[in-house]
Amino acid sequence: MLRDDYIAIKNTSKHFGSVKAVDDITFDIAEAEFFSLLGASGCGKTTLLRMLAGFEQPTLGNIYIDGQPQAGVPPHQRPVNMVFQNYAIFPHLNVHKNIAYGMRKSGLTKAEVDREVDEMLELIKLPGYGNRGAHQLSGGQRQRIALARALIKRPKVLLLDEPLGALDKKLREQMQLELRALQRDVGITFVFVTHDQEEAMTMSDRIAVMSMGKVLQIDSPTSLYEVPKVKEVADFIGTINFFDGSIKGKEGDATVLDVEGLGTVRSTSSGANAPTAGTTTVAIRPEKFNLTFQQPNVEANMVEGSIQAAAYLGDRSHYYIQVPGRDAPIAVAAQNAQRTMEAIDADKHDKVWLTWDEDSALLLNN
Amino acid sequence: MTDQTQTGGAVGSYTENTSLGFRVRSVFLKHEWLRGYTLLSPTLLVMICLMCVPIFMLVAYSFWTQNYLDIDKTFTFANYEAFFQKPIYVALMMKSIRMSLFCTAVTLVLAYPMAYFIAFKVKSNKLVWLILITVPFWTSYLLRVFAWKVILGYNGVINSGLISLGLLSEPLQFLLYNPTAVVLTLAHAWAAFAILPIYVSLEKIDRSLLEAATDLGDTPTERFWRVTWPLSMPGMVAAGLLVFIPTVGDYVTPRLVGGTTGIMIGNIVQSQFGKANNWPMGAALSVISMILITILVVTFITSTTRARAKSA
Repeated sequence: MLRDDYIAIKNTSKHFGSVKAVDDITFDIAEAEFFSLLGASGCGKTTLLRMLAGFEQPTLGNIYIDGQPQAGVPPHQRPVNMVFQNYAIFPHLNVHKNIAYGMRKSGLTKAEVDREVDEMLELIKLPGYGNRGAHQLSGGQRQRIALARALIKRPKVLLLDEPLGALDKKLREQMQLELRALQRDVGITFVFVTHDQEEAMTMSDRIAVMSMGKVLQIDSPTSLYEVPKVKEVADFIGTINFFDGSIKGKEGDATVLDVEGLGTVRSTSSGANAPTAGTTTVAIRPEKFNLTFQQPNVEANMVEGSIQAAAYLGDRSHYYIQVPGRDAPIAVAAQNAQRTMEAIDADKHDKVWLTWDEDSALLLNN
Repeated sequence: MTDQTQTGGAVGSYTENTSLGFRVRSVFLKHEWLRGYTLLSPTLLVMICLMCVPIFMLVAYSFWTQNYLDIDKTFTFANYEAFFQKPIYVALMMKSIRMSLFCTAVTLVLAYPMAYFIAFKVKSNKLVWLILITVPFWTSYLLRVFAWKVILGYNGVINSGLISLGLLSEPLQFLLYNPTAVVLTLAHAWAAFAILPIYVSLEKIDRSLLEAATDLGDTPTERFWRVTWPLSMPGMVAAGLLVFIPTVGDYVTPRLVGGTTGIMIGNIVQSQFGKANNWPMGAALSVISMILITILVVTFITSTTRARAKSA
């Protein structure tokens, strides 16, 4: 039976002088979960991770790992291990000694440690690298060794501080998948800090979006993208169009609004604390728009406009559509599913029409 | 010719610049080593005039003989033979090296905590601390040696202090004029030369390595011996050489605070060039001590680099 509150962060704050790096955060992380802390730099995600590792002590509140309170427990006695941003490979030790570094107090004999190190090298797909010096390794190899060095200790929780940031794009994407597969294999709880939303979405079971020391929303990648609860989350994850609207009334499930540039909009989805009357923000993702070159036969959720700019990206095209009654163009993304020259020649059309579903228009608080 | 090629020629015309300045410049641009040596040339000139020439003369002298007032310039190994035949020379040479090694060890042991403190514990104003370390150098070396005479002397600070506290009835006599006083004075004089390289090597250690060691289960003490200490070794090696090499040949300190038991090879060299008026013998002693120091230093460096390569 896996615990839901394997890591319990309770009313935890960290103040540096007058700065509240982490401001009264409470949430749980489940056992064997791949959990990401996502946010822009300075949002408090790294401070929270360092509090889990024990490098920082909470100013207020406490953190429990597997039911044990961690306040006052020094880092070397915590059941967690960390993969550092720059990997922190010991330059004076070879690969084998780096991986075996934390095994001195494991109670295993030298032969047993050697065997475990070899198993780890197999796991990270670097067999036979034991005698390499630290300076002979590439960025990707260092990253794997940092991972092996932490995993060999069989921690209850593995903390990862933007471990893929220093790798190039191809390698990063490959490592994301490998890391996810590895986490499923070993079944250890991973807490992953990143500012890269794509990275967080590729790997995580759940993501906590942080800003200014607070957690804005904790959800699965799908929920975060499709039903963001607040405007900041919608803005941070992916691209989104925001429109000002005023609520007219209700028709069945749908809220009817008058929206700048879009006319009458019917919406069936709303975020947390979204108003039921007065003014509100309507958010629509670029790919939720359907772009046509002929006038569609619908009453609501349709707008006529002209292409201001178009970018052909191969698999998809990005359009910026100018509509009357709104200054900023609307970002629209269309998959180029058919092999047609229409997408390429799109800007030759004077008029285009956008349509969208009722549940694609999300109401958010202002 | 068409119009097009004519305009093209006018825009990109290459007139051959043959002025001397241009030719010198292009030679410099072509050869990087030439630029390097030109930058080096003032220093190189001083080194050749003030280092290489005197050393060459010293070596030449060591193969000559003193004939009372004039010098017999026939080539001979007599001075070198004399060194190995008279036990006093060999004994003094070995004693100098021993004292200097001991002094180096004392200096490193004293310097390490200081360097560690500045590198890890001082959060702001590191520069102030580094300048404070150099404060003793604002007075002359000779004055600092005399200061130790005042501290350690028969009626010195330590003795009079202990007497006035009633802890002693008579002044201690073993403080001054012995090898310990020489080592103490030299260690103080060369401390800054040891602190700075150790500080630099400690400062260079990536702090995340220390966090990683703690994260992997090391207590602060274990972490020091497993990470900080090995990574500060280059600084220790540099500091050791910086203290050892100049202290072997020092003669001012042993002369002033060493008494009869604290004299070193430098004092003999000085007396050969001075009172004894035997320049060739003094030159031979200098050359021998130079060779010995070189051998020691080279062995030390190769063994430490090999040890480090082995552990990595």
